[in-house]
Amino acid sequence: MILSVKGLAFQYPSREVLQDINFTVAKGDFLAILGVNGAGKSTLLKCLNKVLSPHAGTVFIREEDTGKLSRRELAKRIGYVAQRQEGAFATVFDAVLLGRKPYIQWEASQKDLEITRKALKSLDLEGYALRYLNELSGGEQQKVVIARALAQEPELLLLDEPTSSLDLKNQLEVAKIVRNVVQDNQMCAVVTMHDLNLAIRYANKFLLLKNGVIFAAGGLEVMTPENIESVYAVSVKIKEIEDIPVVVPV
Amino acid sequence: MKHKQTDAGNLQEKDSYHQYTHKKKVVILVLAFLIVLLAIAAVNAGSFNLNPLQVIQSLLGKGSDASSVVIWQIRMPRILAAITAGAGLAVAGCVMQNNLRNPLAAPDTLGVSHAAAFGANIAIIVLGAGSISSTSTDAVTINNPYLVTLCAFACSMAATLVILLLARIRGFSPEAMILAGVALNSLFMAGTILIQYFASDVQVAAAVFWTFGDLGRVAWREVLILACLVIFAFIYFLFKRWDYNALDSGEETAKSLGVNVKRVRQGGMFVSALIASVAVSFLGIIGFVGLIAPQIMRRIIGGDHRYLIPASALMGSVLMLFSDTIARTMVAPVVLPVGAITSFFGAPLFLYLLVRGYQRR
Ligand SMILES: Nc1ncnc2c1ncn2[C@@H]1O[C@H](COP(=O)(O)OP(=O)(O)OP(=O)(O)O)[C@@H](O)[C@H]1O
Ligand SMILES: [Mg+2]
Repeated sequence: MILSVKGLAFQYPSREVLQDINFTVAKGDFLAILGVNGAGKSTLLKCLNKVLSPHAGTVFIREEDTGKLSRRELAKRIGYVAQRQEGAFATVFDAVLLGRKPYIQWEASQKDLEITRKALKSLDLEGYALRYLNELSGGEQQKVVIARALAQEPELLLLDEPTSSLDLKNQLEVAKIVRNVVQDNQMCAVVTMHDLNLAIRYANKFLLLKNGVIFAAGGLEVMTPENIESVYAVSVKIKEIEDIPVVVPV
Repeated sequence: MKHKQTDAGNLQEKDSYHQYTHKKKVVILVLAFLIVLLAIAAVNAGSFNLNPLQVIQSLLGKGSDASSVVIWQIRMPRILAAITAGAGLAVAGCVMQNNLRNPLAAPDTLGVSHAAAFGANIAIIVLGAGSISSTSTDAVTINNPYLVTLCAFACSMAATLVILLLARIRGFSPEAMILAGVALNSLFMAGTILIQYFASDVQVAAAVFWTFGDLGRVAWREVLILACLVIFAFIYFLFKRWDYNALDSGEETAKSLGVNVKRVRQGGMFVSALIASVAVSFLGIIGFVGLIAPQIMRRIIGGDHRYLIPASALMGSVLMLFSDTIARTMVAPVVLPVGAITSFFGAPLFLYLLVRGYQRR
């Protein structure tokens, strides 16, 4: 088990968001977190790597209590991509190099530069290395921050709607990259998504969040039309087109 | 991660990134060289006429008594004060702009300058540390500079600590910190106005005169104190440069990259405010350098603090040394207030860079 979450609860000063969240993620798992806007998906991700401190419960990463790990140690184990990016005035290369920050003592080593290049390469960004972040399109920026998270060489990737501003091709590519990276490196990924089709196609575990509690969690078997309907309040049918399951609202 | 890669593409990219960082290093070297040139010009300039040969002789300790005094007791401390104060204020501004995520932040954003001015006013007017005595250069002198410096420093540090304490208790956001600084600034300004309102003309003149920044106020001891502080701060900031880079991509991302955002901010702002306090207490108000030097360098070499911190420091020194030399020589023997001259040359340069936009690559 890479990640296990026990009894996690969180509230903002004015509202309770998450209650009694329990789940585990194993090596090679690609967990999709699904739910309506405001269900608490982003909040949950932030609680996993201490960007927000949960009010109750514990998060273990490889049996280690994240509450007891320093931020630096945590950053070596967990890569995170926020839902919204704040455009820094930096080149793509430097932005991805920042993923090496938890490992860098004084200056980036050759190895750090090498890993940065690999991460750029894996997202087809080599041509952008010296472009400035604030001069990239939304989707290109999104890929840069994913590359940064990969450069952290984490065991767990937390991606908050990584595909939301990507075109059709890049959505598929990025989802595929994440899945492959996870499988090749025995890592795991926890990804929030709004595109059910993409989730069904690339994720192997699903967690449906409704009103701050887990409505259903498990493998593909939880993605039933009934569950989806009660979470999203939209009736759907799941059809297979050329062996690919597709969710269609009806 | 196991991703195959072609060596050719890799190599090419390696070279271009190397080139890109190389250019930044060149800019830094050029700035350092510029400081040396300016220092040479500055040591040769002044109302006491010395030719270059006499200057060199005095520097080597072989000059006449008078020229030795001019070089070693007047010009050298002044030049070093310009270099250290310029560098200190500029790095402090650079870090403040990063920590507060605001391009308008400066070393005195937390209210340091006006607090120091208030302290100086108390010393000069209430405690009677100012008086009139005519010399050729200054109409007003301050007869107890230590008391003034001490009061100024005490007040400016008090302002800093109040804000940092509030930040600690309430977890202030950058915006709240800036606004708190504005509030403290106006509070101290009001205090200053009230004190001055009930003071005599002479006292007010002395107090106002104090606020015009002047590098001539320092002797070797003050320069040494300032230099030690600036060197310490510079090294501290360099150690934190990756944290500052991470902070540039947002608080949450920085946290996820292992940055203890609160602690980094507290440390950065405390050290910056300390530099500003010491500088303003010794020299009077010299504001603009801290705002403009990092902004100029950001536009020339980009926002990477690995290069931005040293480059800002050097740019601060260049601006300050240049301005002070002009201030001393333009209408010699009168010495113009260096703060005004800095703005006079810095502002147009900055406007030009603004219009031209960011330098690419
Ligand atoms: N900083 C905050 N302070 C108070 N409430 C917040 C804050 N951030 C989010 N919330 C509230 O917490 C709830 C969960 O927010 P969260 O961002 O986790 O939703 P989400 O599931 O990620 O939604 P989306 O799909 O729109 O991204 C929402 O009702 C939101 O209004
Ligand atoms: Mg969200």
